[in-house]
Amino acid sequence: MSLLDYFRSTKKNTASTAKERLQIIVAHERNRRNSPDYLPQLERDILAVIRKYVDIADDQVSVSLEKSSDELSVLELNVTFPDDKK
Amino acid sequence: MAKIIVVTSGKGGVGKTTSSAAIGTGIAMRGFKTVIIDFDIGLRNLDLIMGCERRVVYDFVNVINGEANLKQAMIKDKRIDTLFILPASQTRDKDALSKEGVERILNELAEEFDYIICDSPAGIESGAMMALYFADEAIVVTNPEVSSVRDSDRILGMLSSKSRRAEQGLPGIKEHLLLTRYNPERVVKGEMLSVEDVGEILAIKLLGVIPESQAVLNASNSGTPVILDEESDAGQAYLDTVARLLGEDVPFRFLNVEKKGLLKRIFGG
Ligand SMILES: Nc1ncnc2c1ncn2[C@@H]1O[C@H](COP(=O)(O)OP(=O)(O)O)[C@@H](O)[C@H]1O
Ligand SMILES: [Mg+2]
Repeated sequence: MSLLDYFRSTKKNTASTAKERLQIIVAHERNRRNSPDYLPQLERDILAVIRKYVDIADDQVSVSLEKSSDELSVLELNVTFPDDKK
Repeated sequence: MAKIIVVTSGKGGVGKTTSSAAIGTGIAMRGFKTVIIDFDIGLRNLDLIMGCERRVVYDFVNVINGEANLKQAMIKDKRIDTLFILPASQTRDKDALSKEGVERILNELAEEFDYIICDSPAGIESGAMMALYFADEAIVVTNPEVSSVRDSDRILGMLSSKSRRAEQGLPGIKEHLLLTRYNPERVVKGEMLSVEDVGEILAIKLLGVIPESQAVLNASNSGTPVILDEESDAGQAYLDTVARLLGEDVPFRFLNVEKKGLLKRIFGG
Protein backbone atom coordinates (compact mmCIF):
# COMPACT_ATOMS: atom_id res chain seq x y z
CA MET A 1 0.00 0.00 0.00
CA SER A 2 1.49 3.32 -1.00
CA LEU A 3 1.62 6.26 1.33
CA LEU A 4 -1.05 7.99 -0.71
CA ASP A 5 -3.39 5.02 -0.37
CA TYR A 6 -2.75 5.01 3.33
CA PHE A 7 -3.90 8.60 3.71
CA ARG A 8 -6.85 7.97 1.41
CA SER A 9 -8.00 4.98 3.36
CA THR A 10 -7.70 6.62 6.78
CA LYS A 11 -9.66 9.55 5.39
CA LYS A 12 -12.33 7.28 3.97
CA ASN A 13 -12.73 5.73 7.34
CA THR A 14 -13.91 8.68 9.37
CA ALA A 15 -17.51 8.67 8.12
CA SER A 16 -17.84 4.91 8.56
CA THR A 17 -16.24 5.11 11.99
CA ALA A 18 -18.77 7.80 12.87
CA LYS A 19 -21.59 5.59 11.67
CA GLU A 20 -20.45 2.57 13.67
CA ARG A 21 -19.96 4.58 16.84
CA LEU A 22 -23.36 6.18 16.44
CA GLN A 23 -25.11 2.88 15.86
CA ILE A 24 -23.70 1.52 19.10
CA ILE A 25 -24.33 4.53 21.30
CA VAL A 26 -27.79 5.20 19.89
CA ALA A 27 -28.84 1.57 20.43
CA HIS A 28 -27.48 1.73 23.97
CA GLU A 29 -29.29 4.96 24.78
CA ARG A 30 -32.55 3.77 23.28
CA ASN A 31 -32.33 0.73 25.44
CA ARG A 32 -31.73 2.92 28.49
CA ARG A 33 -34.70 5.13 27.66
CA ASN A 34 -37.03 2.17 27.62
CA SER A 35 -35.76 0.63 30.81
CA PRO A 36 -36.47 1.40 34.48
CA ASP A 37 -34.60 4.21 36.26
CA TYR A 38 -32.96 1.82 38.70
CA LEU A 39 -30.99 0.05 35.96
CA PRO A 40 -27.85 2.25 36.07
CA GLN A 41 -27.63 1.85 39.86
CA LEU A 42 -28.19 -1.90 39.53
CA GLU A 43 -25.34 -1.95 37.05
CA ARG A 44 -23.05 -0.07 39.46
CA ASP A 45 -23.99 -2.38 42.31
CA ILE A 46 -23.28 -5.49 40.26
CA LEU A 47 -19.97 -3.99 39.18
CA ALA A 48 -19.05 -3.35 42.84
CA VAL A 49 -19.88 -6.92 43.82
CA ILE A 50 -17.83 -8.41 40.99
CA ARG A 51 -14.92 -6.12 41.86
CA LYS A 52 -14.69 -7.76 45.25
CA TYR A 53 -13.37 -10.78 43.39
CA VAL A 54 -12.04 -9.65 40.04
CA ASP A 55 -10.54 -6.38 38.90
CA ILE A 56 -12.62 -5.37 35.89
CA ALA A 57 -13.12 -2.11 34.04
CA ASP A 58 -16.40 -0.15 33.91
CA ASP A 59 -17.20 -1.13 30.36
CA GLN A 60 -16.83 -4.84 31.05
CA VAL A 61 -20.26 -5.07 32.59
CA SER A 62 -23.44 -4.34 30.75
CA VAL A 63 -26.94 -4.80 32.00
CA SER A 64 -30.01 -4.59 29.84
CA LEU A 65 -33.64 -5.33 30.25
CA GLU A 66 -35.24 -6.74 27.13
CA LYS A 67 -38.96 -7.09 26.81
CA SER A 68 -39.49 -10.47 25.25
CA SER A 69 -43.28 -10.48 25.40
CA ASP A 70 -46.07 -8.52 27.03
CA GLU A 71 -45.73 -10.11 30.43
CA LEU A 72 -42.08 -11.11 30.33
CA SER A 73 -38.88 -9.07 30.51
CA VAL A 74 -35.44 -10.61 30.61
CA LEU A 75 -32.60 -9.03 32.55
CA GLU A 76 -29.44 -9.65 30.60
CA LEU A 77 -26.14 -9.37 32.43
CA ASN A 78 -22.97 -9.42 30.42
CA VAL A 79 -19.61 -9.54 32.14
CA THR A 80 -16.37 -9.91 30.25
CA PHE A 81 -13.62 -11.37 32.39
CA PRO A 82 -10.07 -10.60 31.36
CA ASP A 83 -8.11 -13.74 30.46
CA ASP A 84 -5.17 -13.16 32.73
CA LYS A 85 -7.16 -12.49 35.88
CA LYS A 86 -8.66 -15.15 38.04
CA MET B 1 -58.28 22.51 12.74
CA ALA B 2 -54.70 23.69 12.63
CA LYS B 3 -51.73 21.40 12.29
CA ILE B 4 -49.02 22.07 14.86
CA ILE B 5 -45.52 21.33 13.60
CA VAL B 6 -42.44 21.61 15.82
CA VAL B 7 -39.02 22.19 14.29
CA THR B 8 -36.62 20.64 16.78
CA SER B 9 -33.16 19.07 17.12
CA GLY B 10 -31.65 18.91 20.58
CA LYS B 11 -28.40 20.41 19.36
CA GLY B 12 -28.05 24.14 18.72
CA GLY B 13 -26.93 25.80 15.52
CA VAL B 14 -28.08 23.03 13.19
CA GLY B 15 -30.60 25.12 11.25
CA LYS B 16 -33.90 25.05 13.17
CA THR B 17 -34.61 28.76 12.82
CA THR B 18 -33.47 28.83 9.20
CA SER B 19 -35.74 25.86 8.50
CA SER B 20 -38.72 27.19 10.48
CA ALA B 21 -38.56 30.45 8.54
CA ALA B 22 -38.17 28.71 5.17
CA ILE B 23 -40.79 26.02 5.71
CA GLY B 24 -43.32 28.36 7.34
CA THR B 25 -42.91 30.77 4.46
CA GLY B 26 -43.19 27.95 1.92
CA ILE B 27 -46.43 26.66 3.42
CA ALA B 28 -47.88 30.18 3.50
CA MET B 29 -46.88 30.65 -0.17
CA ARG B 30 -49.23 27.75 -0.94
CA GLY B 31 -52.08 29.81 0.46
CA PHE B 32 -52.33 28.24 3.92
CA LYS B 33 -52.72 30.62 6.79
CA THR B 34 -49.52 30.08 8.75
CA VAL B 35 -47.97 31.40 11.93
CA ILE B 36 -44.38 30.75 12.99
CA ILE B 37 -43.80 30.96 16.74
CA ASP B 38 -40.35 31.62 18.18
CA PHE B 39 -40.06 29.46 21.32
CA ASP B 40 -36.45 30.46 21.96
CA ILE B 41 -37.16 32.60 25.02
CA GLY B 42 -34.29 34.97 25.76
CA LEU B 43 -32.65 34.36 22.37
CA ARG B 44 -35.14 35.82 19.91
CA ASN B 45 -33.83 35.37 16.36
CA LEU B 46 -36.66 34.31 14.10
CA ASP B 47 -37.55 38.02 13.72
CA LEU B 48 -34.11 38.73 12.22
CA ILE B 49 -34.24 35.79 9.84
CA MET B 50 -37.72 36.86 8.73
CA GLY B 51 -36.64 40.51 8.46
CA CYS B 52 -39.24 41.89 10.86
CA GLU B 53 -37.03 42.71 13.86
CA ARG B 54 -37.94 46.40 13.81
CA ARG B 55 -41.64 45.63 13.99
CA VAL B 56 -41.66 43.69 17.25
CA VAL B 57 -43.87 45.42 19.81
CA TYR B 58 -45.21 42.63 21.98
CA ASP B 59 -44.07 39.03 22.26
CA PHE B 60 -45.23 35.50 23.08
CA VAL B 61 -44.74 35.93 26.84
CA ASN B 62 -46.68 39.21 26.85
CA VAL B 63 -49.60 37.34 25.29
CA ILE B 64 -49.40 34.48 27.78
CA ASN B 65 -49.33 36.97 30.66
CA GLY B 66 -52.31 38.85 29.25
CA GLU B 67 -50.30 42.04 28.69
CA ALA B 68 -51.21 42.02 25.01
CA ASN B 69 -53.53 40.04 22.75
CA LEU B 70 -52.48 37.92 19.80
CA LYS B 71 -53.54 40.55 17.26
CA GLN B 72 -51.17 43.04 18.87
CA ALA B 73 -48.25 40.65 19.15
CA MET B 74 -48.35 38.86 15.79
CA ILE B 75 -46.43 40.44 12.95
CA LYS B 76 -47.94 40.11 9.50
CA ASP B 77 -45.36 39.34 6.84
CA LYS B 78 -44.99 42.08 4.20
CA ARG B 79 -44.32 39.64 1.36
CA ILE B 80 -46.88 36.91 1.93
CA ASP B 81 -50.44 37.68 2.98
CA THR B 82 -51.10 34.47 4.80
CA LEU B 83 -47.94 34.53 6.93
CA PHE B 84 -47.56 35.72 10.53
CA ILE B 85 -44.76 35.67 13.09
CA LEU B 86 -45.07 35.52 16.86
CA PRO B 87 -41.75 36.69 18.30
CA ALA B 88 -40.06 35.26 21.40
CA SER B 89 -39.64 37.30 24.51
CA GLN B 90 -36.18 38.58 25.45
CA THR B 91 -36.81 37.91 29.13
CA ARG B 92 -34.11 36.09 31.04
CA ASP B 93 -36.73 34.08 32.88
CA LYS B 94 -36.39 30.66 31.23
CA ASP B 95 -39.61 29.47 32.81
CA ALA B 96 -41.72 32.26 31.40
CA LEU B 97 -43.71 29.73 29.38
CA SER B 98 -46.24 27.62 31.24
CA LYS B 99 -47.88 24.59 29.70
CA GLU B 100 -51.32 26.04 30.39
CA GLY B 101 -50.33 29.40 28.88
CA VAL B 102 -48.87 27.83 25.74
CA GLU B 103 -51.91 25.59 25.34
CA ARG B 104 -54.30 28.53 25.62
CA ILE B 105 -52.44 30.51 22.94
CA LEU B 106 -52.16 27.49 20.61
CA ASN B 107 -55.89 26.83 20.96
CA GLU B 108 -56.65 30.42 20.10
CA LEU B 109 -54.32 30.31 17.08
CA ALA B 110 -55.78 26.98 15.95
CA GLU B 111 -59.15 28.62 15.38
CA GLU B 112 -57.70 30.95 12.81
CA PHE B 113 -54.67 29.25 11.28
CA ASP B 114 -54.06 26.19 9.10
CA TYR B 115 -50.46 25.66 10.22
CA ILE B 116 -48.66 26.57 13.42
CA ILE B 117 -44.88 26.18 13.17
CA CYS B 118 -42.99 26.08 16.47
CA ASP B 119 -39.31 27.02 16.24
CA SER B 120 -37.78 25.17 19.19
CA PRO B 121 -34.81 26.32 21.25
CA ALA B 122 -31.82 23.96 21.55
CA GLY B 123 -31.49 21.55 24.45
CA ILE B 124 -33.90 19.19 26.13
CA GLU B 125 -34.96 21.55 28.92
CA SER B 126 -38.34 23.12 29.51
CA GLY B 127 -38.21 25.47 26.51
CA ALA B 128 -37.66 22.65 24.04
CA MET B 129 -40.23 20.50 25.84
CA MET B 130 -42.78 23.29 25.64
CA ALA B 131 -42.20 23.69 21.89
CA LEU B 132 -42.75 20.00 21.17
CA TYR B 133 -45.40 19.13 23.76
CA PHE B 134 -48.50 20.02 21.72
CA ALA B 135 -47.13 19.05 18.30
CA ASP B 136 -48.94 16.90 15.74
CA GLU B 137 -45.84 16.58 13.58
CA ALA B 138 -42.14 17.10 14.21
CA ILE B 139 -39.39 18.10 11.83
CA VAL B 140 -36.16 16.84 13.35
CA VAL B 141 -33.36 18.99 11.98
CA THR B 142 -30.08 17.10 11.87
CA ASN B 143 -26.60 17.82 10.54
CA PRO B 144 -24.54 14.89 9.20
CA GLU B 145 -22.31 14.90 12.24
CA VAL B 146 -22.08 12.62 15.31
CA SER B 147 -23.31 14.90 18.10
CA SER B 148 -26.21 16.22 16.07
CA VAL B 149 -27.38 12.71 15.15
CA ARG B 150 -27.16 11.53 18.74
CA ASP B 151 -29.08 14.57 20.01
CA SER B 152 -31.74 14.03 17.36
CA ASP B 153 -32.23 10.52 18.63
CA ARG B 154 -32.72 11.84 22.16
CA ILE B 155 -35.33 14.27 20.86
CA LEU B 156 -37.08 11.37 19.12
CA GLY B 157 -37.23 9.71 22.52
CA MET B 158 -38.86 12.82 24.00
CA LEU B 159 -41.34 13.07 21.15
CA SER B 160 -42.51 9.55 21.78
CA SER B 161 -42.69 9.77 25.57
CA LYS B 162 -42.98 13.37 26.79
CA SER B 163 -45.49 14.87 24.39
CA ARG B 164 -49.20 15.46 24.85
CA ARG B 165 -49.97 12.78 22.30
CA ALA B 166 -47.84 10.27 24.20
CA GLU B 167 -49.24 11.21 27.61
CA GLN B 168 -52.83 11.03 26.43
CA GLY B 169 -52.34 7.80 24.51
CA LEU B 170 -53.20 9.45 21.18
CA PRO B 171 -51.60 8.42 17.88
CA GLY B 172 -47.93 9.46 18.02
CA ILE B 173 -46.36 12.60 16.61
CA LYS B 174 -45.52 12.19 12.93
CA GLU B 175 -41.73 12.44 12.71
CA HIS B 176 -39.79 13.79 9.75
CA LEU B 177 -36.05 13.93 9.23
CA LEU B 178 -34.62 17.10 7.73
CA LEU B 179 -30.92 16.78 6.99
CA THR B 180 -29.31 20.20 6.68
CA ARG B 181 -25.86 21.57 5.83
CA TYR B 182 -25.27 18.54 3.63
CA ASN B 183 -22.07 18.51 1.64
CA PRO B 184 -22.05 15.77 -1.05
CA GLU B 185 -18.37 16.38 -1.83
CA ARG B 186 -17.36 15.52 1.70
CA VAL B 187 -19.68 12.50 1.70
CA VAL B 188 -17.98 11.17 -1.43
CA LYS B 189 -14.59 11.63 0.24
CA GLY B 190 -15.78 9.62 3.22
CA GLU B 191 -15.53 12.58 5.55
CA MET B 192 -19.21 13.09 6.22
CA LEU B 193 -22.10 10.79 7.12
CA SER B 194 -24.34 10.21 4.12
CA VAL B 195 -28.12 10.64 3.93
CA GLU B 196 -28.40 6.84 4.00
CA ASP B 197 -26.20 6.59 7.11
CA VAL B 198 -28.24 9.12 9.07
CA GLY B 199 -31.50 7.66 7.83
CA GLU B 200 -30.44 4.19 8.90
CA ILE B 201 -29.44 5.31 12.40
CA LEU B 202 -32.46 7.49 13.16
CA ALA B 203 -34.93 5.31 11.25
CA ILE B 204 -37.51 7.99 10.51
CA LYS B 205 -38.88 9.17 7.20
CA LEU B 206 -36.68 11.57 5.25
CA LEU B 207 -38.48 14.83 4.53
CA GLY B 208 -35.68 16.78 2.92
CA VAL B 209 -31.98 17.35 2.41
CA ILE B 210 -30.72 20.92 2.43
CA PRO B 211 -27.22 21.43 1.04
CA GLU B 212 -24.62 23.52 2.81
CA SER B 213 -25.12 26.77 0.95
CA GLN B 214 -23.84 30.31 0.72
CA ALA B 215 -27.42 31.32 -0.04
CA VAL B 216 -28.41 30.72 3.60
CA LEU B 217 -26.00 33.34 4.90
CA ASN B 218 -27.01 35.77 2.18
CA ALA B 219 -30.66 35.27 3.04
CA SER B 220 -30.11 35.82 6.74
CA ASN B 221 -28.00 38.91 6.05
CA SER B 222 -30.93 40.49 4.27
CA GLY B 223 -33.74 39.13 6.45
CA THR B 224 -35.33 37.08 3.69
CA PRO B 225 -36.22 33.45 4.29
CA VAL B 226 -33.98 31.47 1.94
CA ILE B 227 -36.96 29.74 0.31
CA LEU B 228 -37.75 33.05 -1.39
CA ASP B 229 -34.38 32.82 -3.17
CA GLU B 230 -35.84 30.41 -5.67
CA GLU B 231 -32.69 30.39 -7.79
CA SER B 232 -30.57 29.01 -4.99
CA ASP B 233 -29.91 25.35 -4.21
CA ALA B 234 -31.02 25.72 -0.58
CA GLY B 235 -34.14 27.64 -1.65
CA GLN B 236 -35.10 24.89 -4.07
CA ALA B 237 -34.35 22.18 -1.53
CA TYR B 238 -36.71 23.88 0.92
CA LEU B 239 -39.39 24.21 -1.79
CA ASP B 240 -39.13 20.44 -2.34
CA THR B 241 -39.28 19.88 1.41
CA VAL B 242 -42.49 21.89 1.72
CA ALA B 243 -44.04 20.00 -1.19
CA ARG B 244 -43.27 16.69 0.55
CA LEU B 245 -44.64 18.00 3.83
CA LEU B 246 -47.89 18.75 2.00
CA GLY B 247 -47.98 15.18 0.73
CA GLU B 248 -46.49 15.55 -2.73
CA ASP B 249 -44.06 13.00 -4.08
CA VAL B 250 -40.96 14.96 -5.09
CA PRO B 251 -37.60 13.39 -6.00
CA PHE B 252 -34.59 14.35 -3.87
CA ARG B 253 -32.05 16.75 -5.34
CA PHE B 254 -28.62 18.05 -4.32
CA LEU B 255 -27.55 14.65 -3.02
CA ASN B 256 -24.71 14.22 -5.45
CA VAL B 257 -21.67 16.21 -6.40
CA GLU B 258 -22.69 18.63 -9.13
CA LYS B 259 -21.07 17.85 -12.45
CA LYS B 260 -21.24 20.92 -14.59
CA GLY B 261 -20.63 19.00 -17.85
CA LEU B 262 -22.18 19.88 -21.18
CA LEU B 263 -24.19 16.64 -21.38
CA LYS B 264 -25.67 17.30 -17.99
CA ARG B 265 -26.69 20.81 -19.00
CA ILE B 266 -28.43 19.48 -22.06
CA PHE B 267 -30.07 16.41 -20.60
CA GLY B 268 -30.54 17.53 -16.99
CA GLY B 269 -29.16 15.69 -13.99
N1 LIG C 1 -27.98 24.88 4.70
C1 LIG C 1 -27.14 25.73 5.31
N2 LIG C 1 -25.99 26.13 4.69
C2 LIG C 1 -25.15 26.99 5.30
N3 LIG C 1 -25.35 27.53 6.51
C3 LIG C 1 -26.46 27.18 7.19
C4 LIG C 1 -27.41 26.27 6.64
N4 LIG C 1 -28.42 26.12 7.53
C5 LIG C 1 -28.11 26.90 8.59
N5 LIG C 1 -26.94 27.54 8.39
C6 LIG C 1 -26.26 28.47 9.31
O1 LIG C 1 -26.10 27.82 10.56
C7 LIG C 1 -26.24 28.73 11.63
C8 LIG C 1 -27.28 28.23 12.60
O2 LIG C 1 -28.56 28.23 11.98
P1 LIG C 1 -29.90 28.43 12.79
O3 LIG C 1 -31.01 28.25 11.84
O4 LIG C 1 -29.86 29.70 13.58
O5 LIG C 1 -29.78 27.19 13.78
P2 LIG C 1 -30.61 26.85 15.12
O6 LIG C 1 -31.90 27.62 15.08
O7 LIG C 1 -30.78 25.37 15.05
O8 LIG C 1 -29.74 27.25 16.26
C9 LIG C 1 -26.59 30.07 11.01
O9 LIG C 1 -25.44 30.84 10.91
C10 LIG C 1 -27.10 29.69 9.63
O10 LIG C 1 -26.87 30.72 8.69
MG1 LIG D 1 -32.81 28.91 16.54
